[in-house]
Amino acid sequence: MDRGQNHIHGQSAANLCYQFGSDNPLLGMGIQQPFVPFTSPFGASSSTNIPHMDWNPATMLDNLTFIEDKIRQVKDVIRTMVDNGGQLPCRQGDLTQQQQVVNADLTCLIVQLISTAGSLLPSLKNSSFLSHPPAGHMDTVNHVGSSSSFIPNVTTISEENKEDMCSPEDYEELFKGFTDGAMEGGIEIDNVFVEEQDAKDGDEGGDASMDGENLPPGSYELLQLEKDEILAPHTHFCSICGKGFKRDANLRMHMRGHGDEYKSPAALAKPPRDASAEHELVKRYSCPFVGCKRNKLHKNFQPLKTILCVKNHYKRSHCEKSYTCSRCHTKKFSVMADLKTHEKHCGRDKWLCSCGTSFSRKDKLFAHVALFQGHTPALPADEPKNSSDQISRVGSHQEPAKFPSSMSSSFMWGTSSSDDRGLDIKGLAGCSEDILSTGNFGSFNFSFGPADGFTGEPSGSTFSVLPPEHFQSAQKKGKN
Amino acid sequence: MAAAHRQHKRRRLSPSPAPFDSLADELLFLVLDRVAAADPRALKSFALASRACHAAESRHRRILRPLRADLLPAALTRYPSVSRLDLSLCARVPDAALAAVPSSGSSPLRAVNLSRSSGFGAAGVAALARACPGLADLDLSNGVHLGDAAAAEVARMRKLQRLSLSRCKQVTDMGLGCVAVGCTDLRDLSLKWCIGITDLGLNLLALKCNKLTTLDLSYTMITKESLLSIIKLPNLQVLILVGCIGIDDDALASLEKEYSKSLQVLDMSHCQNVTDVGVSSIVKSIPNLLELNLSYCCPVTPSMVRSLHKISKLQTLKLEGCKFMADGLKAIGSSCVSIRELSLSKSAGVTDTELSFAVSKLKNLLKLDITCCRNITDVSVVSITRSCTSLISLRMESCSHVSSGALQLIGKHCSQLEELDLTDSDLDDEGLKALTGCTNLSSLKIGICLSISDEGLTHIGKSCPKLRDIDLYRCGGISDDGVIQIAKGCPMLESINLSYCTEVTDRSLMSLSKCTNLNTLEVRGCPRVSSAGLSEIAMGCRLLSKLDIKKCFEINDVGMLYLSQFSHGLRQINLSYCSVTDIGLLSLSSICGLQNMTIVHLAGITPNGLIAALMVCGGLTKVKLHEAFKSMMPPHMLKNVETRGCRFQWINKPFKVEVEPCDVWKQQSQDVLVR
Repeated sequence: MDRGQNHIHGQSAANLCYQFGSDNPLLGMGIQQPFVPFTSPFGASSSTNIPHMDWNPATMLDNLTFIEDKIRQVKDVIRTMVDNGGQLPCRQGDLTQQQQVVNADLTCLIVQLISTAGSLLPSLKNSSFLSHPPAGHMDTVNHVGSSSSFIPNVTTISEENKEDMCSPEDYEELFKGFTDGAMEGGIEIDNVFVEEQDAKDGDEGGDASMDGENLPPGSYELLQLEKDEILAPHTHFCSICGKGFKRDANLRMHMRGHGDEYKSPAALAKPPRDASAEHELVKRYSCPFVGCKRNKLHKNFQPLKTILCVKNHYKRSHCEKSYTCSRCHTKKFSVMADLKTHEKHCGRDKWLCSCGTSFSRKDKLFAHVALFQGHTPALPADEPKNSSDQISRVGSHQEPAKFPSSMSSSFMWGTSSSDDRGLDIKGLAGCSEDILSTGNFGSFNFSFGPADGFTGEPSGSTFSVLPPEHFQSAQKKGKN
Repeated sequence: MAAAHRQHKRRRLSPSPAPFDSLADELLFLVLDRVAAADPRALKSFALASRACHAAESRHRRILRPLRADLLPAALTRYPSVSRLDLSLCARVPDAALAAVPSSGSSPLRAVNLSRSSGFGAAGVAALARACPGLADLDLSNGVHLGDAAAAEVARMRKLQRLSLSRCKQVTDMGLGCVAVGCTDLRDLSLKWCIGITDLGLNLLALKCNKLTTLDLSYTMITKESLLSIIKLPNLQVLILVGCIGIDDDALASLEKEYSKSLQVLDMSHCQNVTDVGVSSIVKSIPNLLELNLSYCCPVTPSMVRSLHKISKLQTLKLEGCKFMADGLKAIGSSCVSIRELSLSKSAGVTDTELSFAVSKLKNLLKLDITCCRNITDVSVVSITRSCTSLISLRMESCSHVSSGALQLIGKHCSQLEELDLTDSDLDDEGLKALTGCTNLSSLKIGICLSISDEGLTHIGKSCPKLRDIDLYRCGGISDDGVIQIAKGCPMLESINLSYCTEVTDRSLMSLSKCTNLNTLEVRGCPRVSSAGLSEIAMGCRLLSKLDIKKCFEINDVGMLYLSQFSHGLRQINLSYCSVTDIGLLSLSSICGLQNMTIVHLAGITPNGLIAALMVCGGLTKVKLHEAFKSMMPPHMLKNVETRGCRFQWINKPFKVEVEPCDVWKQQSQDVLVR
């Protein structure tokens, strides 16, 4: 069976479902397991021409010939089964496989029929067509009726309704006919309310491929766990004492305590996979929350891959977020692992903007700053916000040279600021010491008097190592 | 008593009318400008003449360059209209000093230079930003200790137009982001060596500061991610990308679709990942370029040079240290006809034929640099002198294959020359005689020209009155007479190098003392120079700032005493091997502006004297000492000096007194080269 085609057709079938659903909310398809593969003769074009289709007799003819071929195939398979029936009873596996194939083919036929008939349905709305059906079209419809024994009432209904225009009730009736037919084929179609698609779901539809493996509907076995099962803390239970475990291996370790028979290597070994498991279909899971995109009833249904996915998804999307980050006290999570991942990064490498927004990445911050006028990158709070207001009076060894009286706070030479980043304490200590010692030199007069061989006229009478400013201040002090 | 005295003084002054009351400040300032130009110290005398003079001088001063940061508040009250504050002489500027800048609403301070200072942090910058909100020019170069916090404070100076953060290696994108958002008026920004900055910050800068005209991104981590947005800056005129390893051919190729109308200067020297292909691809994007620097960047191929013809206005092309492929230089002659300035120094592959061809096409060349193009011979010099007669600068140091006869042609044909470098050539007196036509000559470098003598210098002295700078390093053939002729004939002389001219004596120095503009004197290895000569220099050349008297064994404490008395502008001195003792050193240390001292192999210096000198001399930034002193001086004293911003360099060279003759030295150095 061509799976690629299956997939495409599967989508078209879903679209079809939706169409019905939107026209009449009471109608919908809840296909219970086993989900059955389809085949489609339309190929890629089918999904596009179904939703708003012009009634195309050529396509219809193609479809019907395909159905004919399919029926012939199924007949052949069943014939061989009948032939082989008495000969090889031991080959049970082969038989079940064949049964599965037949089953699948039959379901496919039914769905094919429904979709073919469904393509007819929207055009029924067209009253002009219904009231004056072109001869050719009617022929095809009749042909459908004659070639398919499943839904003879399709044609009857449409013929009946020819006179009195198609009303919603008629649709319903018409569709009941379909459903009845489908019931006969072994598919139960529930009338389940399908929630209107909201915008969020539409967005999520874009990352459908994120699952990596995008299996077509029907190519896997679909399971749905119930809420209690999902939220159960343990999945493995001891058959003797009833104690629950999260892991199978832990259970096996536990079992050792119940007797020596559980201590054998065989009992402790990982249970081997079922031989039949390889032939089994891949398992996929549906979320029990109706209306969720991961719920099988959703029109853009995307199955979950593993039980773990189901658990995490259910907790994340449909449970209360009970774990709160102990660092920021704002972020909440419903899955413990998510909390732990968050706590690893919470509070670290915070890139802040002056507007108060914080970013986990520098480039995001810069993009933000680039976008908004007046916003500026802000330095993290643990870095000291340096301002001279913080310069405090520490260690005033010496009077400052002179400060304008207007200064609100006077600054000391060799002061230290309260933060050790703005000023390095080491350097400061040296600085204040240095000033002290310079001061000492200042008070000591290095005058050598007129030196020998001094011929030029010196500019000042005293010969000093000190800058003239020092003398001025010294003189002032003397006056005071 | 004191009050009475003051009253008496006032009474005495009041009857005489203030001399400048009738004079408008504008006129007065013009006068003072002239006075200051003649002798910078004259203004001090003027201020001391009277109160009015003092007040006038206070109002007049626009630039303040204090020696000590702790005097800053006093100095700023004394000079209220100072607009430029240059703290380059203060090695250590604590935060408190900057906090003490008086913060008035309309502070006239527009420019602050902290490029040579350390000791301040973000708090100091914050205080400055608060005191001078109108600051337009801030130089924080070499602030290796400044981080993003300081940059964030800079960002508060909204009117900043010029900012230098060179070597602020701790500044990251965050700091630059703050500056980019805060100082949107920036015109000129230097981020040289800001290795913490990446494309993120630069992209933001390009987005927010679109008035930028000059941007220096040398040695940053810029890559093609941000190069595009920087090239797109609408007003960018100068872009410096020296040593940017992230700039490669790929980055340049990405600019192909963009182009900058405004860019005039592009410097891509030392961009080791750029090749000729990349240069060819960027040419189209910069049609209005005037100056292109590709030194040490890429091989010069003919195809690359031919692509340069698209830059029709190119005036300056610098290709230092490049490897010239065959016909590359020829292509310059045919493709870059507009260039005025060409630099080929230290380039490999410069041959006579190609250089001759190129210069024959570049008749308008004003500046030519062919330093260390060792393969060129007389042929090139003949064609240079024949076609480029309007040259004002010719530098051909170490072109040793050029004969003295060819060198005569330079003087004969290029009479516009202002700058000539013939170091290490066969220049002789005839060649110098030929230079008599170059009356505009202001810089003449003829070091290691062993065949020149006093006769040649006499010609120079007679015919080059505008000479400011002469280099006679190891010209063993000259003596006092030649130097005296130079000193007489070149009164504007600012710098003279007489190192290892062993015949030079005090007579030379006495004559040079008449050159009042002299600020640089190098008489290293002139054993016949003594304190007597130095004292004449000290008294005559009051602007002296650099002095090298290494191996002048006759110079002793007396010379130092004169220096300390008269040469208050001294910044740098080399005393090695002199006969100076502790006394001389201590007196020298009274020169408060002294920044740089080299004191190696001085027999008369004791550790105590040395440490005393170091303690007194507060402005020191770099001191070279013999390693032996390291253990002899108390470590806490050294540390103390270091915290003031002084760095020690410990020299461990053997004691060597004798000076070999110049010809022996030249032979030795050539041997080293050959090897």
